Amino acid sequence: MLPKAEVEETLKRIQTHKGVIGTIVVNAEGIPIRTTLDNSTTVQYAGLLHQLTMKARSTVRDIDPQNDLTFLRIRSKKHEIMVAPDKEYLLIVIQNPSE
Amino acid sequence: MPVAHKTGTVKSKQGSNAQSQKAPAAKTVKAASKKKDEEDGTETGEGDEWMQGKTLIKPLDQLDLTEAELKEEFTRILTANNPHAPQNIVRYSFKERSYKPISSVDQLAVHFVLEGNLLHQDSDEARRQRAKQGLPEEKDTVETAVAEKPETPAAGGEDAGDVEEGGGEERADSVESKAGKKEQKITNQFNFSERASQTLNNPLRERGCQTEPPPRANFSATANQWEIYDVYLEVLQKQEKNKEKAKAVPKKDDDKGKKKMMLVETQSDDITKVAKVAKIIERMVNQNTFDDIAQDFKYFEDASDEYREQEGTLLPLWKFQYDKAKRLSVTALCWNESYKDLFAVGLGSYDFTKQGRGMLVFYSLKNSTFPEYIYPTTSGILCLDIHKHLPYLVAVGFYDGCVAVYNLKEETLQPIYKSTAKSGKHTDPVWQVKWQKDDMDNNHNFFSVSSDGRVVSWTLVKNELVFTDIIKLSLEGAVSEGPEGVQLPIMACGTSFDFHKQIDYLFLVGTEEGKIHKCSKAYSSQFLETYNAHNMAVDAVKWNHFHTKVFISCSSDWTVKIWDHTIKTPMFTFDLNASVGDVAWSPYSSTVFAAVTTDGKVHTFDLSINKYEAICQQPVVAKKKTKLTHIEFNPVYPIIIVGDDRGYVTSLKLSPNLRKKPKEKKGQELPKGPEVEIAKMEKLLSLLREPENSNA
Repeated sequence: MLPKAEVEETLKRIQTHKGVIGTIVVNAEGIPIRTTLDNSTTVQYAGLLHQLTMKARSTVRDIDPQNDLTFLRIRSKKHEIMVAPDKEYLLIVIQNPSE
Repeated sequence: MPVAHKTGTVKSKQGSNAQSQKAPAAKTVKAASKKKDEEDGTETGEGDEWMQGKTLIKPLDQLDLTEAELKEEFTRILTANNPHAPQNIVRYSFKERSYKPISSVDQLAVHFVLEGNLLHQDSDEARRQRAKQGLPEEKDTVETAVAEKPETPAAGGEDAGDVEEGGGEERADSVESKAGKKEQKITNQFNFSERASQTLNNPLRERGCQTEPPPRANFSATANQWEIYDVYLEVLQKQEKNKEKAKAVPKKDDDKGKKKMMLVETQSDDITKVAKVAKIIERMVNQNTFDDIAQDFKYFEDASDEYREQEGTLLPLWKFQYDKAKRLSVTALCWNESYKDLFAVGLGSYDFTKQGRGMLVFYSLKNSTFPEYIYPTTSGILCLDIHKHLPYLVAVGFYDGCVAVYNLKEETLQPIYKSTAKSGKHTDPVWQVKWQKDDMDNNHNFFSVSSDGRVVSWTLVKNELVFTDIIKLSLEGAVSEGPEGVQLPIMACGTSFDFHKQIDYLFLVGTEEGKIHKCSKAYSSQFLETYNAHNMAVDAVKWNHFHTKVFISCSSDWTVKIWDHTIKTPMFTFDLNASVGDVAWSPYSSTVFAAVTTDGKVHTFDLSINKYEAICQQPVVAKKKTKLTHIEFNPVYPIIIVGDDRGYVTSLKLSPNLRKKPKEKKGQELPKGPEVEIAKMEKLLSLLREPENSNA
């Protein structure tokens, strides 16, 4: 399988998974490049979570530079926001786990 | 003394008449110079006279004169000669080139000079000055004393004189006439006139030019400990790359190729880099969805087991299924030794009539909805084995008799090795494959058993799969007539085999006829032992993980039998009321094993608790029609995976009763380790053996 096709399929699976509200792919500058939500929400999520992820990452690495952030989960009353950072990208998924 | 008096008078004269007595004074002085010494002496004598009472002292160098000489009279004449002026001046004449005496010597002696600033009113100078100042001719001025002007007037002196005269004239004027003349400022003596002049100031002119400002960019960065660390790592990597480049011979083609690669990478849609992250997210999403299962898997222990004496239960956990594998049945299961959550599922078909494609699928417990790796195959898979030390090498046996080796690290979906008709593939389905230790040349190798009666060893040599027949399973006593009357032994069909855990060369082969042969790798035609195990084909034969003598076998004749390989009859026999598909020993206890039957049940036995019955008999699939085909224990976690003929794999958690370790005796430490297990088994066997021995 082409790696590109595989990734596309994975993203598609995530989007269609039970309880998933939306998926956003954000690049290194905090600009969303792919989303399943509406524009304003996307921009808001992207901006806020980008900053939070940077902060979290900085925290982890400050404690031990050889360590790195793998993912970040924020569970709220309504749903759970999952952020997985990469060197250049950020993948944000909002899921409602109790459904 | 007359001389003394004279001297005195001369002196006094000199003092009174300054100018008129110049000449005679000079002479007198001159005459007196001869008698200098004497005068000195007499002066002292004179002084002596005044200071009465002192005796006359004669100086040592006083001239001794005779009386006559003392009385000698000298005449003095007053002349007009300058006593100080030299009498004989000799000058060198350059003209005549000799010294010549000057005849006349200047006798003038100047005693006092005072330069005056008075001018005679009728003198030229006076007139000139008057003319300068524009004043009328002077009448008699107040001061008219004519002063002899010295011949050498200094400029300052003249000026002073002029100014005085002018001043004098001015004063006279002011006294005499006052008509229309302004009073002029009295300037100072030195005629100081201030003169100032202003130079022309050039007008200032400003000139400027502006350059284009340099391009600016804002730059900001943070310097954290980890950012510094990252940069250091990068530099280190670059250094290593440079080292490698320096070692390798640089090729131009490579460079071009690299450049092309670079271009392609930047142009492509960078979504491929999200792959890893997407995988993590998928697992997280799944974890959320199946949160309760994950929690059960980790933490749930069936508390009700305390109330059940000996029985245990199986808690269903995840269910793994793949869309494209729905028609296929699970024909093989294998856990990965290195990655404890990864297992392989071989899909194919046991049905002779419905042979089609197959699939090799890998699942991880972390993601139950989608497989990690998918390899479609042309023929149905019947068995697989993952290498113990190299978790990426998978050996697969197919229904069409081929064997193949897959490398999970490779991107391709094709196996890296595949046996062909030329390279000794089996002519019948391959029922079991098993990896062996690397051979002496450090090549990987594995064994396969097939219905064509051959046990073959395959070695991975570079790009090829080299096969070696290890043993041929021949039916004892059965000989068939060959085409030319040659007697050919009929081959038995091997259906399963297992290698001893400790003794490398020893292995067991189960056949379709229901026999189990104990073989050695060294002997290719003879069996070490044969056991008449079952009435139907032996589906599985497995050595015990702990006890070196014990093995288990199961068959479609509904039975599961446990053997001691030294004894020809089974130790234990269990009837499960349905065709047994697979049996497996547990990795944590020597007395626990599980079997799956075609009626959808999993039977778990613990011989140390109950020697005759299963401690757990549980159906694990919804529909009764589904047949369970394989079972495997996870080496670490207390779960089992069960495959069925619908392509599903179900994972179940073993309840605590099924995982019992020997009870600790009061006061004693709980013994651990395989020795305990062996001892446990041995105890059981000894109980059996004794009655047998006694019976026999």
